Amino acid sequence: MAAALERGRAAIARAGGLGWRRGLFVAAGWSLSALAFLLLGVAMAWIIWVVVARGAGALSPALFLTITQGTGGGLLNAIEGTLVLAVGGLLLAVPFGMAAGIYVSEYPFTRWAAVIELLADVLVGVPSIVIGYFGYITMVEWLGWGFSVAAGAIALAMIALPYVCRTTEVAMRQVPTELREAAYALGAGEASVIFKICLPAALPASLTGILLALAVAVGETAPLLYTAGWSNYLWNGRLIGSPIGYLTYAIWTFINEPFASANALAYAAAFLVTAFILVINICSRFVFDRRR
Amino acid sequence: MRRALALLAGVLPASLMAVVLFLAIYAWPAIRFNGIGFAFENTWNLGNLYANPVTIAGTQIQPGAHYGILFLIVGTLLSTAIALALALPVGIGAAIFLAEAVKGRFRLVVSFFVELLAAIPSVVYGLWGIVVLIPFLSRNVFPFLARALGVFPVFAGPTGSGYGLLTSGILLSLMIVPLIGATLRDALVGQPAELREAAAAIGATRFECVWSVLLPRTRTVIIASTFLALGRALGETMAVLMVSGNALNYLPQNIYAPISTMAAFILSQLDSALQDPTGMAVRSLAEIALILAVISLLINVLARVLLYAAGVKRRSF
Repeated sequence: MAAALERGRAAIARAGGLGWRRGLFVAAGWSLSALAFLLLGVAMAWIIWVVVARGAGALSPALFLTITQGTGGGLLNAIEGTLVLAVGGLLLAVPFGMAAGIYVSEYPFTRWAAVIELLADVLVGVPSIVIGYFGYITMVEWLGWGFSVAAGAIALAMIALPYVCRTTEVAMRQVPTELREAAYALGAGEASVIFKICLPAALPASLTGILLALAVAVGETAPLLYTAGWSNYLWNGRLIGSPIGYLTYAIWTFINEPFASANALAYAAAFLVTAFILVINICSRFVFDRRR
Repeated sequence: MRRALALLAGVLPASLMAVVLFLAIYAWPAIRFNGIGFAFENTWNLGNLYANPVTIAGTQIQPGAHYGILFLIVGTLLSTAIALALALPVGIGAAIFLAEAVKGRFRLVVSFFVELLAAIPSVVYGLWGIVVLIPFLSRNVFPFLARALGVFPVFAGPTGSGYGLLTSGILLSLMIVPLIGATLRDALVGQPAELREAAAAIGATRFECVWSVLLPRTRTVIIASTFLALGRALGETMAVLMVSGNALNYLPQNIYAPISTMAAFILSQLDSALQDPTGMAVRSLAEIALILAVISLLINVLARVLLYAAGVKRRSF
């Protein structure tokens, strides 16, 4: 690179400098790219600032200890519901998603693997409201579950599936081929190579991916509104037949209420959701970078 | 062993198929009743909900019921177009800056910070839109735009409340810009060093090299990531629902006017659609969901095929 730069500088010098048109083009190009970056940086910082400044002010012990009452009260029901729905969704998504990821990474070049890979990418792109509406007409209406934990968790599982599949696949591919070859050479069968050798090695990265899927599930709103419904009360432990609250609903509904107490609930919910998601994203990036 | 894995893995493709299949079955009576006019007529009318249902062409509906979603298609396309028109230059500019102007550990940190825009939930964007963006735009930016560009009817007033097309487009552009920026940044970083050296040796500055040599080589990546962004913007629900003004049966007269999009409409109308005892309104909403699903399916397959053809390593998400 140094030699090339040297020759380039000489060429520019022979031409008598860049000249004003080229100079202007280069200067404008750099400034516009810097401006574009700055714009995004400012937007990101602004969003975080608003959520943190307004949300932190709305936090109080009562928020975590009481349930929602009308347009005030606390968020205990929503916090509990978000955890129940997200954990439930992941419990469903993890076995199937990991199986899909393992299959794609261990049997590449098969037709089924290609199909799963492509459809996982497509499923990520399906609008979450479409999955929510699908959940409504099938589970809530047709199966008659009503607004329920089961319907909400299954909708979330469908959204988390491709994330789990994809991160498992990436994690499994990071396991060196030599390890598999060594295991086969020692006489291990296919099942033990996958589950006793590769999967443990891939588990930390794979768990990170599952955490990212959890972050996605916690941040979803549209697929839950017509599957999980909303409830002011704590979860009664039933999987079908009774609705459940969650934080993103509180953000959506309470920000449009004319009452300060309702708005405070929305800010607090936004703070909790955003903080949770950012922490997971930052931690997972840290883990992935260290492995690289 | 392999069979069992393949079977468990099959849940993923099966759930995608189930979504399309069940929506299609459920929406079928609506598809037959609404016909092709569904996409070209501008009336979403549940009919007289207090009257007895009448039978038209073998289908039970409320008298006067008519379902056309032209205003939704227009709102979806316009807000997406604005989002892409804003996100493309900003995404390309930010990608150039991050790939070429900053280095090493610092690059990792600032890129990550900007890409966190993709992790913020849609409903938090909506909240920020209501609390910050709408007051800011409607007080400071829109009146100025209307004065400066008022000669074009699209930009002329009234500038309205701030809930509307341009606000939705701006918010959407922030949500999709990481898709374009991150993919393009990776593609730029991955370009061979020989190209940079060759360009430098014939007297090109660094920016000229990026602009005239490297960027044209990433054309397929830009197109493909634009498709991905397009798919995301078309289906975005919560943020648009919160800032679009939720117009009904209304075509926007200028860029500030309230709109609604297909995705947001499904969410905002289900409650009232449930009042229809014949169920045709709920089925017509399913028809909208089906159209959205099929469009996003096509766009995503196209984008992935393009990225695959460009030899781009798939990112995690």
